Amino acid sequence: MWQSIYADLEERNFTVIAVAMDDAEAARPWIEAAKPAYPCLIDRDHHVADLYNMVNVPQATWIDEQGHIVRPPENAGSSDAFRQMDRVTKQMTADQLAERERTKSIYTAAVRDWALNGPASAFAYDAAAARARLRLPDQGTATAHVHFRLARHLLRIGKSDEAARHFAEASRLHPESWTIWRQAAQKDASGLAAGPEFWARVDALGDRPYHRPIDMKGI
Amino acid sequence: MITLLHAQTEVSSKTAIARNGDLWISPHELERATGWSMKPEGFCQGDVCVPVPSGNRSGYVDGERVNVAAFWRRLGHPIVHDAAGAVWALGTAAADRTASLQSLEAPDFALPDLAGVTRTLAEQRGKKVLLVTWASW
Repeated sequence: MWQSIYADLEERNFTVIAVAMDDAEAARPWIEAAKPAYPCLIDRDHHVADLYNMVNVPQATWIDEQGHIVRPPENAGSSDAFRQMDRVTKQMTADQLAERERTKSIYTAAVRDWALNGPASAFAYDAAAARARLRLPDQGTATAHVHFRLARHLLRIGKSDEAARHFAEASRLHPESWTIWRQAAQKDASGLAAGPEFWARVDALGDRPYHRPIDMKGI
Repeated sequence: MITLLHAQTEVSSKTAIARNGDLWISPHELERATGWSMKPEGFCQGDVCVPVPSGNRSGYVDGERVNVAAFWRRLGHPIVHDAAGAVWALGTAAADRTASLQSLEAPDFALPDLAGVTRTLAEQRGKKVLLVTWASW
């Protein structure tokens, strides 16, 4: 998805780092199909989610040439339009698809603007604004991440029942994390954690967003 | 065999002892797993040293072994282990993550690509970076 931005802006000292919150073998078909020119990394234990306090995918953060956070982690242009999809046919209406494209376009345009204009971009936060928009973890979140780390290891060594207990504890401590919940959840034939339990958990959000709307005009 | 997991490090020890919620390992294993080392001043990492509590030294140091679990809890970091005490995961306190994020210095990381080549955020210094996550699920 980011390949065209990368190709257009690579000469402007811009790169993408795509981090798959995934096992390598689950990520492989997608990466091999896309053949991106930028680094595509495998974060099977969600270390970056822990470091940056991320809770869903896709989330993105903007980092400048000095290694400073310019926009803290946020929804990378996704929309909650999918919540209205037909859950049997998995079809979205034209309006829903258009909404998804709309928010994606706004976000990618902002990324381009920043790549071209740096701190002069209207989308680049100054330090105070960036700090104010950070979402900060609590100790429950920190503890959730260590349960998740243990669970992923236990799964790899064949202790799936015990892993399940630690995944459950991780989600109990950090309920807003969809990365923890979906990585641990049952997957369908295409590898998606999108079964009845997923939809029930989404519906339980009520009016709360799945993808938090981002601070950009039009979103 | 006891396995310690910390950040992106995995250390296996044939000599570690898990007992009553404590985990006794060698100073060498402590350093390999966590980056902290045992010095006369106490547990040290970079410029920071945390003294061994004088009222309970034996809870932290026993001959050639150190109780990494007690030390980790003393630092305020979360630590969990499996039922058998064979796998221990050492986490990082929210306060540390918060301080790091509030500095606005983007935390570095080292992760493999599909070819197994390790890449870091730091190697992109000098470029603007869009760090974006995704997943197949």
